[in-house]
Amino acid sequence: MLSFSQIASDVDQWLHKVCSPTWALVFEMVIIGVSVIGLFAVLGLVLVLMERRVAAWMQIRLGPNRVGPQGLLQSLADTLKLLVKEGMTPGGSDKFLFNLAPFIAMIAAMLLMAPIAFASNFQIWNINIGVLYVSAVSSLSVIGILMAGWASNNKYSLMGAMRSGAQIVSYELSAGLSILTIVVLSGNLGLNDIVLSQKDGWWIFKGHIPAIIAFIIFMIAVTAETNRAPFDLAEAESELTAGFHTEYSGMKFALFFLAEYINVFIVCAIGATLFLGGWMPFHIGNLEGFNHVMDYIPSSIWFFGKTFFLIFLIMWFRWTFPRLRIDQLLNLEWKYLLPISMFNIILVTVVAIMKWYF
Amino acid sequence: MFITNYIKNVFGAVKSLAVGMKRTGYYFTHHKEIITEQYPDNRDTLVLADRFKGEVVMPHNENNEHRCTGCTACELACPNGTIKVVTKFDITPEGKKKKAVDKLVYHLELCTMCNLCVVACPSDAIKMAPTFEHSVFDRSQLTKVLNQPGSKIMDGVE
Repeated sequence: MLSFSQIASDVDQWLHKVCSPTWALVFEMVIIGVSVIGLFAVLGLVLVLMERRVAAWMQIRLGPNRVGPQGLLQSLADTLKLLVKEGMTPGGSDKFLFNLAPFIAMIAAMLLMAPIAFASNFQIWNINIGVLYVSAVSSLSVIGILMAGWASNNKYSLMGAMRSGAQIVSYELSAGLSILTIVVLSGNLGLNDIVLSQKDGWWIFKGHIPAIIAFIIFMIAVTAETNRAPFDLAEAESELTAGFHTEYSGMKFALFFLAEYINVFIVCAIGATLFLGGWMPFHIGNLEGFNHVMDYIPSSIWFFGKTFFLIFLIMWFRWTFPRLRIDQLLNLEWKYLLPISMFNIILVTVVAIMKWYF
Repeated sequence: MFITNYIKNVFGAVKSLAVGMKRTGYYFTHHKEIITEQYPDNRDTLVLADRFKGEVVMPHNENNEHRCTGCTACELACPNGTIKVVTKFDITPEGKKKKAVDKLVYHLELCTMCNLCVVACPSDAIKMAPTFEHSVFDRSQLTKVLNQPGSKIMDGVE
């Protein structure tokens, strides 16, 4: 059967046959780099279109439906427009940092792709501390945002960047603690091992109450971490024009825009891996027939389906809730989410020790 | 006491968020009813608001008569010089000279649709029309003369 892991091993064997192991490794790295960039481009196009259609339907509108069939080429046309636009650098800005910032934001998003298990036995880097790696690297994106805000020499950008810094640093805590819940339950730090530990049921079902609390907190925290509404204080169109990317135009703006959507995809992929079983099919107890039918669906479809479900959830948040004020935002984190997730981690430790999970 | 309030707060918040999400979820799944106008497609059946203000027009009746006396109240009321009233003197049948409008020049490109001229008009000669497709290739086409050529004032309007 044609699967991602089959293709990967075929390519690997063929490269080892035609050239030396060193060159095979180099070529594999190049292939991975190109396919990650390709995945980024496709995800950017798909997610922007999806966001616009979801937003339109939730606001009883139609959304983009003119360019191509059902408006499917709209985001491609937008990309073309952004490509031919001038990438301005404002006069009073720090030119080097200003031009560097979009790439930092992009690279931080790119690095996060490495440990994600896209399908069964298909992973760029099967690292045994995947969860730790993800939570460490995901905080790097704040550097790109702060750099952009500072280098723009614009008060709105600076304010947006500072807000974003405060926000990401504080929400990192509860996101980390809710990830830790699953680490405690599964006893593993590698993302693939966590997926394998959900063979007999996803953690959100197996871990019952503490896992559900952790899942809700995780979704809230990652919405804040990716700077999306209702936590989009870093951009806050109505207050700060566009926040940290006010001064950016053309392709440099597009990189920030893309990085936002890639970050959303990645945090949803992590959420799907931890709570919804990653590429594991949906199994119910001892229903053999049902489980076999579910096994026929390829693992990559399971992974992308769950990820897109979570992305849809985050978009649903965005188009339902109003934006919080900065003090409400920090109150929510320090007075509600953090105490609850700390209590939750004690609860889950008890559950794990007493083996109360299924 | 504090802890019960705290827990109540948390559950109340989650519940109210769920109510909001239920509403938008309903809209998402029932997207057949669209509240926006599909403008270029429904040009013929387009429904505009009653008080939509698109441009100033001067209604004429079938005998090519209007109600404008040339009093220049609209010109005085206009905040940005959109209206210029050019007056002339008509000779009435009794041989008296009477002030009348020669041309009511209206610069659509300057107009902000504030409706002050319509309010100021003592004889209801001008009104706002619900038209909005004003794009032209030459700016001079936006300068309009509101009274039709050869038109004169309606009987009984002073």
